[in-house]
Amino acid sequence: MAAYGVAVPHKKQLSNGMLGFILFLASEVMFFGGLFAAYFIARADAPEWPPESLLTAEQLARGVELHLELPLTLIATILLVLSSVTIQLAVMQIGKGRRSGMVWWLFISIVLGVVFLAMQMYDYSQLPFGSGDTVFGTTFYTLTGFHGAHVAGGVIFMLVVLVRGLGGQFSSEHHEAVEACSFYWHFVDIVWIALFTTLYIVG
Amino acid sequence: MATIAVPRPGEYRRPVVLEWLTTVDHKKLGILYLYFTMFFFAVGGILALLVRTQLAVADNDFVDNHAYNQIFTMHASAMLFLFIIPIWAAFGNYVVPLQIGAADMAFPRINALSFWLLPPAGLLMFAGFLVDGGSAAAGWTAYSPLARTMGTGMDLWIIAVVLLGISSTIGAANFLVTMLRMRAPGMTLFRMPVFCWNIFVTSLLQLLATPVLASALAMLYIDRNFGGSFFDPNGGGNAVLWQNVFWFYSHPAVYIMILPGMGIVSEILPVFSRKPLFGYKAFVFATLGIGGLGFSVWAHHMFTTGAVLKPFFGFMTFMIGVPTGVKIFNWLATMWRGSISFEPPMLFAIGFVSMFLIGGINGTFSAAVPVDFAIHDTYFVVAHIHYVLFGGSVFAVFGGLYYWFPKIFGRRLSDSLGNAQFVLMFIGFNLAFFPMHLLGLDGMPRRIATYNNTDWEFLNMLSTTGAFLIAVSMIPFLMAVVKAFMSPADQPNDPWQGNTLEWYTSSPPPVHNFDDLPEIHSERPLFDLRHGTTGGH
Ligand code: HEM
Ligand SMILES: [Cu+2]
Repeated sequence: MAAYGVAVPHKKQLSNGMLGFILFLASEVMFFGGLFAAYFIARADAPEWPPESLLTAEQLARGVELHLELPLTLIATILLVLSSVTIQLAVMQIGKGRRSGMVWWLFISIVLGVVFLAMQMYDYSQLPFGSGDTVFGTTFYTLTGFHGAHVAGGVIFMLVVLVRGLGGQFSSEHHEAVEACSFYWHFVDIVWIALFTTLYIVG
Repeated sequence: MATIAVPRPGEYRRPVVLEWLTTVDHKKLGILYLYFTMFFFAVGGILALLVRTQLAVADNDFVDNHAYNQIFTMHASAMLFLFIIPIWAAFGNYVVPLQIGAADMAFPRINALSFWLLPPAGLLMFAGFLVDGGSAAAGWTAYSPLARTMGTGMDLWIIAVVLLGISSTIGAANFLVTMLRMRAPGMTLFRMPVFCWNIFVTSLLQLLATPVLASALAMLYIDRNFGGSFFDPNGGGNAVLWQNVFWFYSHPAVYIMILPGMGIVSEILPVFSRKPLFGYKAFVFATLGIGGLGFSVWAHHMFTTGAVLKPFFGFMTFMIGVPTGVKIFNWLATMWRGSISFEPPMLFAIGFVSMFLIGGINGTFSAAVPVDFAIHDTYFVVAHIHYVLFGGSVFAVFGGLYYWFPKIFGRRLSDSLGNAQFVLMFIGFNLAFFPMHLLGLDGMPRRIATYNNTDWEFLNMLSTTGAFLIAVSMIPFLMAVVKAFMSPADQPNDPWQGNTLEWYTSSPPPVHNFDDLPEIHSERPLFDLRHGTTGGH
């Protein structure tokens, strides 16, 4: 008989926490789904994309131009994809019981996440249009902004896991938070790939 | 086996207020949900009375145009977002863990968070009345351009609805994991009581639909506060965009507001007919079917950008028709040749079924005239909405209250006061809302602060009288509650001869819910205990 506080051998089944977390991620997917839908509807309705012809004289006088900077973002994208690999390595390390390996890979993932955010900030500051400059600007800043907020959330999540890891809270059997964190980070990464494809490649 | 004294949870006492403020017990949270939502039912009801007072006669100036818009918007918003949607979480919280034989929800602390998001949301939404320009006044559907340009009250409304959305999204995930993972031994998914199934499907819809509403609200907020152009034609945006994304949510939301009510009725009818529910499996599949339709018809909002709203009510009624038909058939078949006893829960359940029939018929009617979308912005729509939401959901709420009150509080609500409430409410309800059909057919537009057509006065006066009769029907209810709380908590485990596990434990249940559980061979373990297993699933 199982007693309280004694670990029961794992059945190969997701834990309740993990299942709940996956459901939460499903709701996040729907949230971004709504934003993407808005983007595509706006785009389908626009006279052309980017909708330069909608710019007012005042906006043109301010030097507003509707175009994106690909090179910098491409680098940021590569870094973010890399960070998905590094966090997976962190999970694999702790799966083998190597705590310091996990901490290192987590640390690298955090750095990559922060660099991504910094590059996004820089990009924002350089772009020749703002969130009020036609629906092009609005959708761009809304979609990337909400994504950026999720990156920031993911970085905080990783920091928490890192601190808990340093405190020795994870072992090869018990490291669910690390896995949840990696799920979240992959999710953020996948959303970005979708965003990048839509905004930069298709766009 | 070594005996270890496991401390029984909840044996330590804490100051009452602290206990209620920090509780993570699903039963206490359910009760908190109940108080909160009933409070806003009263608030929404008072706003409705203001609306009806204004509309009682032609050319009335009881309230002005601007005030009227705030009042009817806040009436609908309170009733939908602060009453009906969260009150299902009240019942769900209290009943689901008991019905599946669990000690609590899967995530008790997240459960507490779901509840505690509600009070700030309610405060924020109603704080709109205190700011410049007043509360939100663009209807609960918050259409642009109105919603883009309105005062700060609209921002408060947006934030409030987002908070409520977060609450119901995480609550939904909690319910799903609870039902997937916390069921007692022997209770397979297809032995889960029908009420649980309805909460299950509702939760699925909430989990996937509410975030889309949040995204739409985020866009509106950005348009209003950060110069965004989502819904602004000058910037290439489009007011129809809002409708697309909003109906993404609101289509399934219709089911979110009614499915748990169907679940409650499906618990009550068998118990008071002394028969098992007819066609349990068909019922479950109909529920899943409604959920599935709720998703699939999203598409029709996506691809018909221009003409979204025209087909909405038609489509909705048509789509909900088949599985709802199955359900109504099952309810009637359950009562057929049962030895029916007419206590208040049963009365409200029967009221639900009959109102739903009418709602269905007039819904089909509006679906049958798709070309004539004249009625779509008339009082016909208001009538239809209330036949479903009041005749349906609210009757189910009271049925559920009378049914589970003895379990929740250990005290029984008076039968005679309950009967009185039912009779008054039933008459008042039909008086208030039936005339609206006729007004709608006669072309009276909805969402108007006043009208000058004196032909409409008589029917409007009838409707207003009905509204006040509904208010009067709350008096016997409140009396029953007061009376119950003044009497001792002496209810037995199973005052109604119930079928499901919540009736196996004491009333109210102990903190840990069950000391032991019976064997479970079907969705009605207690019925089986009384009558022997009669072929489970
Ligand atoms: C005392 C009972 C009630 C009365 C007398 C009442 C009356 C009204 C009236 C007259 C309107 C139309 C306002 C207008 O279009 O100008 C209205 C709108 C509305 N009511 Fe109620 N109501 C009651 C209860 C409820 C309940 C219980 C719910 C939901 C659970 C509800 C949900 C709504 C909604 C959603 C609308 C907005 C319809 C629209 O989109 O235009 N009402 N109500
Ligand atoms: Cu629809």
